[in-house]
Amino acid sequence: MTNTIVVTERLTKRYGDRLAVNDVSLTVRRGEVYGFLGPNGAGKTTTLRMLLGLVRPTSGTATILGHAPGEPGATARIGALVEGPGFYPYLSGRDNLRVMARYQGVSDVAVEDALHRVDLAERGSDAFKSYSLGMKQRLGVASALLGEPDLLVLDEPTNGLDPAGMADMRKLVVDLAEQGQTVLLSSHLLAEVQEICDRVGVIAHGRLLAESTVAELRGASTLLVRAQPVEVALAASMQVAGDDAVQLTDAGIRLELSDERAPELARALVAAGADIHEIRTAERSLEDVFFEMTTDEEENR
Amino acid sequence: MSTATMTGRATARGEARAVPTMVSGLVASTKAELLRLRKWPAVWILATVWLLLNLTFAYLFNYIAYSTGSSGFSNEGVPPSALLPDLLPAAIPSVFTGGMPMFGGAIMFILGALAAGSGYGWGTWKTALTQGPGRLSTFGGTLAAVGIAVVGVVAATLALDFAASALIAVVEGQSIAWPALGALAEAVGGGLLIFGMWAVAGVLVGVLTRSPALAVGLGLVWSLVIENLLRGVGNLLSGIEYVTDVLPGTAAGSLAGALGAGGSDDPEGAPGVLTVLDGRPAALLVAAYLVAFAVAGALLMRRRDVT
Repeated sequence: MTNTIVVTERLTKRYGDRLAVNDVSLTVRRGEVYGFLGPNGAGKTTTLRMLLGLVRPTSGTATILGHAPGEPGATARIGALVEGPGFYPYLSGRDNLRVMARYQGVSDVAVEDALHRVDLAERGSDAFKSYSLGMKQRLGVASALLGEPDLLVLDEPTNGLDPAGMADMRKLVVDLAEQGQTVLLSSHLLAEVQEICDRVGVIAHGRLLAESTVAELRGASTLLVRAQPVEVALAASMQVAGDDAVQLTDAGIRLELSDERAPELARALVAAGADIHEIRTAERSLEDVFFEMTTDEEENR
Repeated sequence: MSTATMTGRATARGEARAVPTMVSGLVASTKAELLRLRKWPAVWILATVWLLLNLTFAYLFNYIAYSTGSSGFSNEGVPPSALLPDLLPAAIPSVFTGGMPMFGGAIMFILGALAAGSGYGWGTWKTALTQGPGRLSTFGGTLAAVGIAVVGVVAATLALDFAASALIAVVEGQSIAWPALGALAEAVGGGLLIFGMWAVAGVLVGVLTRSPALAVGLGLVWSLVIENLLRGVGNLLSGIEYVTDVLPGTAAGSLAGALGAGGSDDPEGAPGVLTVLDGRPAALLVAAYLVAFAVAGALLMRRRDVT
């Protein structure tokens, strides 16, 4: 069994003069939760639409489980919720799933199961048009889960959900991941992705800026020092960590130094005659990394 | 939403979908589309409106004219007694397609346009196209389901015509003479072709415009207004009739006309019923339009991005 589910090579989509997706090469491995991260309009949905065969790439290729996008061999093994749930408003939630079950050739028993999995069984007989945004979104997830797909593609699944609904959705993805479900999840909410994703791809202005694990992306942890007088503390810090690894910020002195060396740093500061107010490890959030990356991108444009 | 209730956990490892072939995908798509068309109130409203129109114009008005001794609504000057034969079961083959080329066709166009066009606004094409069956299978499923709906409407029309004419025969004390089977089969076949063509035209325009409202509007303007205007111009300017003679509406109207829908005294008596073409070429032309519309729709569906 192959270990990569999705491979794209220089996937590009051009709309007139605008490059919606530009040379995106990404890989989703079996069993991982892959976070596709970027601001609104970055090209996430267009990329996902290309993977599903809904949109034809201008150039580049994508392979899903060895098939070209849109081939039944690929689509039959993907469960997708892309850019909001698309269902028949006059049908009940249950009937909408039954229609999709007919398309897939699975039984109505699977429909009941899918409704239970997203906690919609009780409201399954109500018309889709009467659903709240959150319920519509959950029905979209139920439809994606139908037929036990190898790959679950969820495009902004927490859109329109209240905080409780968001927590539920995160739990759902985590549960699915525990069962070995491969999930490709797009989001503009970095905190969300940070918690549940194994690897992330960062996209902005149609370009994939980085693809790695969350830990790698955030890099090594840094130490933050507040000490007086600053000049003395700065000199001592540079002696311990090296000139290039020290930065004076508003919050204090930031050192690219592992937290194991914090005691050594403290001794050096004291020996130099500085008064230490605080030494703590400061981890960069994905959000910090993301903003750094997208600002660099802006500056390089 | 109650918290922490979405578990994502299947009660047991659920049913996996199989990778469909072209044919199994088409069958699956047809079943899916039939389910959602069957449960769509709009479909039942359209079918009911057509059946009521048919009952009213083919039987009710003429029967009232006959029984009150006034002249018929679409055949002024005809003595009331001459109206009765058309209201009896034996006349079904000639009466059957009378309202189909224009009014019935327009309603079937709406059916097709709604079935295909609404999927863009609702996002249901997107959902359907990600279930497994390929694009052609999925679109074929929609065509097949609309086709089955058309067959259902034609069958209901036939049943209604039989019921109405038999009732009139009994009330008027006429002996019931059933129509010739061959003529009846021709009429039903003609009705299927006319309705099928307009429904598939609706599907095509629905796909073209990606909007049910625009498709319905354009379709109605075309079938009710533009074709008539063009035929009017064609009568004045030579040359244009080569085009107007082969328009979908002309072909459908001629097919109905050849089946005797206009009435014996005035072959073009009913609106939309024409005698421009003979029966056989008209039927072939309608069938050719049906196929051409379906193929054009399928090509569009296969090529275009779904956004």
